[in-house]
Amino acid sequence: MRITPTAVLILRRLGHGAIVLWAAYTLSFLVLFVLPGDPVAIILGGADQSTATPEQIQAVREEHHLDRPFLVQYALALSGALRLDFGTSYATGMPVVQAIVQSLPSTLGLATAALALAVVGGTALAIIAVRTQRPTLRNILAGLPGLGVAMPTFWVGLLLLQVFSFRLGWIPALGADGFLGLVLPAITLALPLGAMIGQVLLTALDRAWAEQFVTTFRAAGLARTRLLLTHALRVASLSLLSIAGVLTGNLLSGAVVVETVFTRNGLGRLAESAVSSQDIPLVQGIVVFSALVFVVVNLVTDLLYPLVDPRTRPAARPSSRRTARPVAPTAAQEVSA
Amino acid sequence: MSTSVRTSTTPTTTSATASVTARTTTPSILPVPADRRTRNGIAGTVLRAFRRAPGLVLAAVVLTIVIAWALVPDLFTEQDPLMGEPADRLQAPSTAHLLGTDHLGRDVLSRVVHGAAASLGTTAIAVLIAFGAGTLLGVVSGFLGRGVDAVVMRLIDVLQSIPGLLLSMSVVVALGFGSVNIALAVALASIPAFARVARGEVLRWRSTLFVEAARLSGIRTPEIIGRHVLPHAVAPVFALAALEFGSAILAVSALSFLGYGAPPPQPEWGLLVSEGRDFLASAWWLTTLPGLVIAGVVLSVNRIARSIGSGRRLS
Repeated sequence: MRITPTAVLILRRLGHGAIVLWAAYTLSFLVLFVLPGDPVAIILGGADQSTATPEQIQAVREEHHLDRPFLVQYALALSGALRLDFGTSYATGMPVVQAIVQSLPSTLGLATAALALAVVGGTALAIIAVRTQRPTLRNILAGLPGLGVAMPTFWVGLLLLQVFSFRLGWIPALGADGFLGLVLPAITLALPLGAMIGQVLLTALDRAWAEQFVTTFRAAGLARTRLLLTHALRVASLSLLSIAGVLTGNLLSGAVVVETVFTRNGLGRLAESAVSSQDIPLVQGIVVFSALVFVVVNLVTDLLYPLVDPRTRPAARPSSRRTARPVAPTAAQEVSA
Repeated sequence: MSTSVRTSTTPTTTSATASVTARTTTPSILPVPADRRTRNGIAGTVLRAFRRAPGLVLAAVVLTIVIAWALVPDLFTEQDPLMGEPADRLQAPSTAHLLGTDHLGRDVLSRVVHGAAASLGTTAIAVLIAFGAGTLLGVVSGFLGRGVDAVVMRLIDVLQSIPGLLLSMSVVVALGFGSVNIALAVALASIPAFARVARGEVLRWRSTLFVEAARLSGIRTPEIIGRHVLPHAVAPVFALAALEFGSAILAVSALSFLGYGAPPPQPEWGLLVSEGRDFLASAWWLTTLPGLVIAGVVLSVNRIARSIGSGRRLS
């Protein structure tokens, strides 16, 4: 009885996630395999196509099922994808899944470090801005996220390289491994992310600070800092949860740029080189993988909501939802409000 | 979804503007100083606006200059953006070359000025396409409801499940490199935001009394949409377009930085930064200054977009 609503919620989310993944696969299949003029030319290497013999062309067409009707191609590809077979890379001949899995640990390390930096930095910014009694400090802190979001990631990376590798010589520009090599890329990736987190959290904390329960607590004599760090932050963290999917997407997008700037191996660099060499199966694999990450992150946050916010527990009776309102308004509501 | 993050700054903005107006209106009880009374005309208006919101005026000035770069680049620089003077290569910023010269002796300022047309043009095309397609999807979805709505919204879900840059990159793979293809790629990634906002607005206005009355009077659906819903619904979408312009500049320059835009001799902003990568140690100005221009323009666009958003809110 108590478990059923949660189970139903999970099942529904899983179903929704599966549909999104299928649609992402289909969409990327349509865009990548149907739009380009001639995949054979790409596989055989662009300009060299004139030198390829008809037999070679025929062999390539058969290998990639390009001689079959479109729907058959799609069915073959989809059934392969269900068995985790996304084909082989045009450029290296390596299975797509293997290429992605190989490049994953490096990106995961970078993303984790960046996320940790961004969460710590963004939260500190928001808390200090709310807690401070000085309007000037608050205005400066409140303006920082806008600055962080406006700076191109690739430019920030190059600036850091310039200052810390070439001017100061603290960190080697190339070939720095381990922790030292992670510092600059992680900071670069963390900057726009931390700006987003700081911005969202600051707004949410301000809103939470105006809530009646805060007034009640303050009237009862709870210390401001304690109230801020425990109660207000808990309410405000809900709006961070609601953008977890977007943050993950930004991490992946950012990894493409950051890994290119710092010539680090990883998923982003793989994507960049796949696009440069028009390695269609690899690009599709990465796109579907990123959709999978998004779906999983959203599933996890959906499950976390009830833990953080009792009002959203599925078993809650309608009457108890009197005070419940969307903590994080959607873009439509925010813009039109 | 990404817009909720950016728009969430607006409460802070409104409170900031509110406090500013409070400050400027309080002394109005006192007699108006003579110099303020006489200062009329454009100069006076600009000065008053600057006093009230210096950041906004600065942003408008930056944007005006950059748009002028795009329209009449020759007015701002006499040097050739494509042909350099090999003898003058890799010179640091000076009075002759305000932003220095690159490895071929080309004037960097001239390349930045001439690159404005390409970079801003690509961005404008991207935002226009996303605006048109997204609004259409949102309006149709919101008005027809039911099955159409479900299908369109799932499509939007899918577009949002793929990180923007990766989505753009797969369009680039499909269509090939080039400025127009980059515009299409960036447009596809920002369609969801427009569709969601447009749909939300249509849903909001569709249930109002006057639309209900129009329907009961026998006015056909297309006319209801065109004459009674769209005029209201379109304002927030415009505000969003201004916001999206800033992030579209970043997206376009990132794609151009990765080398998917116009081929090298062209002076696209992202490409300029990328070309300076090989000279990080010796010529800091090649990457730093064009990047600074991009950041400044995005900052200005975002500032103006925020004021559009909050101005609407106050009305």
